[in-house]
Amino acid sequence: MENLLNIFVKSIFVDNMVFAYFLGMCSYLAVSKTVKTSVGLGIAVVFVLFITVPVDFLIEKYLLKKGALVWLGEGFADVDLSFLTFMVFIAVIAAMVQLVEMVIEKFSPALYNSLGIFLPLIAVNCAILGASLFMQEREYANVLEATVFGVGSGVGWLLAIVGIAAIREKLRYSKVPDPLKGLGITFIITGLMAIAFMGFMGINL
Amino acid sequence: MDKQEKEPLFSAKNLKLLTGPLGKNNPITVQVLGICSALAITVKLKPALVMALSVIAVISISNVVIASLRKYIPERIRIIVQLVVIATLVILVDQFLKAFAFEVSKQLSVFVGLIITNCIIMGRLEAFAMANKPWPSFIDGLGNGAGYGIILVIVAFFRELLGSGTVLDYPLVQITGAYSTGYENNGMMILPPMALIVVGIIIWVQRSRDKSLIENK
Repeated sequence: MENLLNIFVKSIFVDNMVFAYFLGMCSYLAVSKTVKTSVGLGIAVVFVLFITVPVDFLIEKYLLKKGALVWLGEGFADVDLSFLTFMVFIAVIAAMVQLVEMVIEKFSPALYNSLGIFLPLIAVNCAILGASLFMQEREYANVLEATVFGVGSGVGWLLAIVGIAAIREKLRYSKVPDPLKGLGITFIITGLMAIAFMGFMGINL
Repeated sequence: MDKQEKEPLFSAKNLKLLTGPLGKNNPITVQVLGICSALAITVKLKPALVMALSVIAVISISNVVIASLRKYIPERIRIIVQLVVIATLVILVDQFLKAFAFEVSKQLSVFVGLIITNCIIMGRLEAFAMANKPWPSFIDGLGNGAGYGIILVIVAFFRELLGSGTVLDYPLVQITGAYSTGYENNGMMILPPMALIVVGIIIWVQRSRDKSLIENK
């Protein structure tokens, strides 16, 4: 339990997707103009991560790893499909995003309309594929750990995008030098937020 | 249609495709695409160069493939087709790096895989390759890849020079003797936040030189 909590807190604050690894920056910059849409997108990301990371974990464990196919019979002990990782992960993600899109369209047309083009773009949101690849690299022990990591990463991303959206809403009233307007100042603020988040470094529960 | 057939390989239009993304239409600083993987690997120049070359290779080849297939890809499943083409190329690049440049491939870790989700590539496939012939698409890919690479290299150059005092692992600062005068490396430059701030400054410089890029809000 303690271990799970540790993974959760770490993936939100210390290994924050946006501030430590710059993952999901494209949609982070593009959608963070108002708090409302960014909350919607953030929740969509959490949801997609919650599904894809455990699914990818199971696929990795029972299909792709060297010797993972042993449950099919002794003859498969040497099969190593790990070179297919990228392809399989991205396929799972694309399928899941399609699913989430259909669910949101059905249950919340307003959210669906406000997310517009960015919903399909979650498929190419690096945070999603990145979380799966990090999950693979860090070799989490079981599905539970992987799930907690996935949700934690998503929550971290949500936190980051809502934070920047709130700042950008206020920023409209301040006098920013013309060439820095829009993109430039957003980058610099993100940098400052990242410095603040570095204060969490070394947290260990 | 016939007119385009006779167009020379490097006509003015094609050259514009190549040079546009380097400045006025830069994928990172103007179109805001592909930032995801751009920043994490810019601590040192060498991984940044390798990353830039990988992206150029993937984007130009996938552009050609999609442009050649564009008439046969059903509208509804085009995203999956594009992803499969990109993923295949990225797997090739990944295996190639693992075989011939293992050290760098370790440094790049998950970011080679993340080329798949690099929005520049999807963006170019959607916006250009689906509507153009293979040769202009190839040039377009080359240009956009280079535009991405140039920002990567600039950021990495400054971060390595100021953060570690080296350029491509060559101890430049030490040779100039700056350390003996009390100069010290700025450890801050190695940390992730500085990548964002350096890109912010590049945008600032670029937009103050070219006023037409300023966002009006």
